[in-house]
Amino acid sequence: MPLQLTDVDVDDFGRKEGLWTLNFGPQHPATHTTLRLLLTVDGEEVVDAEPDIGFLHSGFEKLGEVLDFNQYVTIVDRMNYISPMANEIAWHHAVEKLLDIELTPRCKYIRTIFAELMRIHDHLLCIGACVLDLGGITSFMYASNEREKIFEICERATGQRFHTSYTRVGGLMFDLCDDAIKMIRDFLRDFDRNYRDIDRLVSRNRIFVERTQGIGKLSREEAISGGATGPVARASGVARDLRRDEPYLAYGDLDFDVICSTEGDCYARYIVRMLEIQESLKIIHQAVESLPSGPIFAEGTGKEFMPEKQEVYQSIEGLIHHFESIMPNRQMSPPRGSLYAATESPNGELGYDFVSDGNFRAYRARTRPPSLIHFSLFPQLIRGCMLSDVVAVLGSLNIIAAELDR
Amino acid sequence: MSCKDNLDKLLPGKSRTWTKFKDQDRVIVPAADLTETMRTLRDQCSMDMLVDVTGVDWLDYEGAKDRFEVVYCLLNVESGERLVVSVMLNEPDLEVDSMTSLYKSADWLEREVYDMFGITFKGHPNPKRLLLPELFAAFPLRKDYPVQGRGERHNFPVITRAES
Amino acid sequence: MAQQLKQLGDSVLWTKLDSAASWARKNSLWPMPFATACCGIELMAASSSRHDLSRFGSEVMRFSPRQCDLMIVAGRVVMKMLPVLQRIWQQMSEPKWCISMGACACTGGVFDTYSVVQGIDRFIPVDMYIPGCPPRPEQLIRALLDLQDKIQNTGTVHFTEFAKRETPEGPVVFEADEIARIRNQDRMKLSLPIYNPRH
Repeated sequence: MPLQLTDVDVDDFGRKEGLWTLNFGPQHPATHTTLRLLLTVDGEEVVDAEPDIGFLHSGFEKLGEVLDFNQYVTIVDRMNYISPMANEIAWHHAVEKLLDIELTPRCKYIRTIFAELMRIHDHLLCIGACVLDLGGITSFMYASNEREKIFEICERATGQRFHTSYTRVGGLMFDLCDDAIKMIRDFLRDFDRNYRDIDRLVSRNRIFVERTQGIGKLSREEAISGGATGPVARASGVARDLRRDEPYLAYGDLDFDVICSTEGDCYARYIVRMLEIQESLKIIHQAVESLPSGPIFAEGTGKEFMPEKQEVYQSIEGLIHHFESIMPNRQMSPPRGSLYAATESPNGELGYDFVSDGNFRAYRARTRPPSLIHFSLFPQLIRGCMLSDVVAVLGSLNIIAAELDR
Repeated sequence: MSCKDNLDKLLPGKSRTWTKFKDQDRVIVPAADLTETMRTLRDQCSMDMLVDVTGVDWLDYEGAKDRFEVVYCLLNVESGERLVVSVMLNEPDLEVDSMTSLYKSADWLEREVYDMFGITFKGHPNPKRLLLPELFAAFPLRKDYPVQGRGERHNFPVITRAES
Repeated sequence: MAQQLKQLGDSVLWTKLDSAASWARKNSLWPMPFATACCGIELMAASSSRHDLSRFGSEVMRFSPRQCDLMIVAGRVVMKMLPVLQRIWQQMSEPKWCISMGACACTGGVFDTYSVVQGIDRFIPVDMYIPGCPPRPEQLIRALLDLQDKIQNTGTVHFTEFAKRETPEGPVVFEADEIARIRNQDRMKLSLPIYNPRH
């Protein structure tokens, strides 16, 4: 759509002013994903923005009513596709809350390690892409190097580089191998140097700082009323982190800080993400060093657990167990009821509100997507800013289209 | 003092059903009382964040009496207390008050509920579809809508190599 | 004449015009990344530091369709996005090619739902399919090399190779329920003598 003169009206001083409508997206390099903005601009100043979303609405929630608890993992993976495993962990966290399953310590620690690796991955991409949009390509390449290493760890540990589908109800697909642990240790050792590279390149870069400081300010009250969570809320002074406030997995045993800022602008969001990477490193370090041994599946031979693959292939009991846990008419039936369970995904509170009707699949699987809520804050963040600030604000909110539209 | 006791004290005499499932309090209120309940919860029980709004279609659920439910998840940011408030709706009268005046986050979430279930929100500033195209006729998350749709996904012109 | 040619030596190359034009085209493909979902992240990975796409002459990602000749559709395309995709395809100038990257773009993948288009080849022409969910960057590079071969082998100066194709390219696609019906028929035919317990 070309630039259009939409409206001519009179301002408070009696001057006539022309407002222009500018179309932004849905195919635009700075959206990263597929979203559309209808910006009303007065010269260079953005007067209003009307987001138009749904360009990637693929019916995740409808699929959640068809697939069972283990199968749906493959779908939730594709929701926030820059931190796939964080979605799996959130989904199975909700399922395990429904089924009252207590995980084994080893499983908890492995999931914690991967959740934090995904947080690092998500933040790196967010920072890299945000700086890329503002004109600096180098930090994106540096971040990309580190992300490839995380992909390699995932590939070694789970067999898939990107969409791992690693978790199962009450456990994991298989145990974490020693090679992968060694790779994680190597990653931790080398990461600091590359992190410093990005930090020195961007954090005090005058162009970056001037383009982000004071831009897209979100006050604490607005953040709470708007439902912001995660780094966006923490940059506005809402000191809330589900890892600390509602400890799940192994976070209760590990020592880490919740990063907060009170500025609430794009730069604060960037700094919060940078510092959270360091906290994540701290968590992974502790978790790898104190990784307990033992089984990865909870005790018992209930139908809700998948048996180990070796057992399935080599014994009749294992095969029957496998059969019982995957056949729709023989699966266990969970308690009936509605439940909301949330975890702290890299983007914010990723919750599942689901209804169980006694089958081994959800009657209604609702995702509470942080991206949707953050993007609904966008119009009020951008009002009064310049046209070139649109990409800075978009980049700092880290909108993921698949999670936005589901 | 928990939200439950507080609400019963502040708004006595109103009919509401409390349920508890896995340590989570849920309260079902009549649609007429929703705004008052939510305002009380926000102002006097400091439930200051509306985490999620969603809908449920109870059509295929065994033993369900009502057709639709609108679910509001509330959170107290300071104490971390959660409460789920829900409203039951039935077929001819699918309308409930909009919460946009109380919570900003309700704006898009309510639009999504309208988009997926066809429940309208009275007083919503921008009652349009959020995710699906404006011309889409059905409400896809209703249980009587098939997963693969009714052919809308393939209702487009074909561009061949020769003509492009 | 022969004497003169001999004198020229290696400085003269005998070739067909078609072949020369195709050679030039294939080595300077400018991609238009139509990245919608997860595959877009792998597309980014392919063009950034580790798997450097510029080794194959196609690192110049241009986000304006007017400047591109290769569209890489990375990710699922849904109802609302398809008109945009078609419009962008029509805005690209000839000669142009299309790579359908990932299972979702090729067939709809795991998303057999009401809003996802079950394969973009139903609505626009596609030259190269990449399987995988998402494909690895190496697979994208492989597809690019294959596309270069295809351009070299079939390309003509006046794009006559495009005019021959009347329909969108690609495998013949069935409706999902059609496939289910065929499967059920086969099962009824095949399975009775084997699985019926009375036999």
